[in-house]
Amino acid sequence: MLNCREVTESASDYVDAALPWRARLQVRMYLVMCRFCREYVRQVALVARMLRRLPAQEPSPEVTEDLLTLFRTERE
Amino acid sequence: MRPERAEGVDEAIVERLLAGDETAFSELVTAHHSSLLRLALTFVSTHAAAEEVVQETWLGVLKGLKSFEGRASLKTWIFRILVNRARTRGVRDGRTVTFSALEDPDGEADTLADRFSAQGRWIEPPAMWHEQDPEALLLRRETVVCLQDAIASLPSGQRAVVTLRDIEGVEPPEVCTILGITETNQRVLLHRARTKVRASLETHLKRG
Repeated sequence: MLNCREVTESASDYVDAALPWRARLQVRMYLVMCRFCREYVRQVALVARMLRRLPAQEPSPEVTEDLLTLFRTERE
Repeated sequence: MRPERAEGVDEAIVERLLAGDETAFSELVTAHHSSLLRLALTFVSTHAAAEEVVQETWLGVLKGLKSFEGRASLKTWIFRILVNRARTRGVRDGRTVTFSALEDPDGEADTLADRFSAQGRWIEPPAMWHEQDPEALLLRRETVVCLQDAIASLPSGQRAVVTLRDIEGVEPPEVCTILGITETNQRVLLHRARTKVRASLETHLKRG
């Protein structure tokens, strides 16, 4: 029998669909019954999605120019 | 999400680069430079050092173009060059970076230890997060900073994996190739990283 702590330990794998099918089914059924674990797993998934959307910085024009110079030098 | 590369696209880019096509190179730089910087910071301590490592990486990419075989994707290949350069530089600067889950300083330490009873039931359950939309949550600058700080405080192995998997969206097998770790190792590190980042965000959101 699963308990809440064990479910949180599987949260990351569950969110990635990386659990073996039996374990996945067990966790899924547990989540139907436990709202705290359900919320926890939802938060782990949300964190992963937020990280995916973190702003990235494009390289500055100076950096791009430096690298282009590098590129031209290497071509010789 | 970045679209899947069609077969032959990487080879086409490499050909253009070998032919001296500057547009191809600037496109490649624009596509990967900031991701490379982020990953470099996992290994080196200063932004300046990270910039140097990324510069060396691009040099390595250009020098090694002829030997690109297309076995891994171009992106994976570039990231691997970065990891090698960054590791060397990190070691030179006195940092040890290990990706073994066994050597991960967290080891058996459990972020959530005191929130469960001995029977494994919640004593301090997670607070409900009323905002569920990632874009809405990221509108607040403090939330973005909270996430960035949480990532920056992770041990290197966890930071490298969560950066590649969750921030950069690199597929699991490619992450294993880039970092030279097993699938199991990667999943353990990712789990620990996400657990910590969620906990930091929870503390931050509680403050309102």
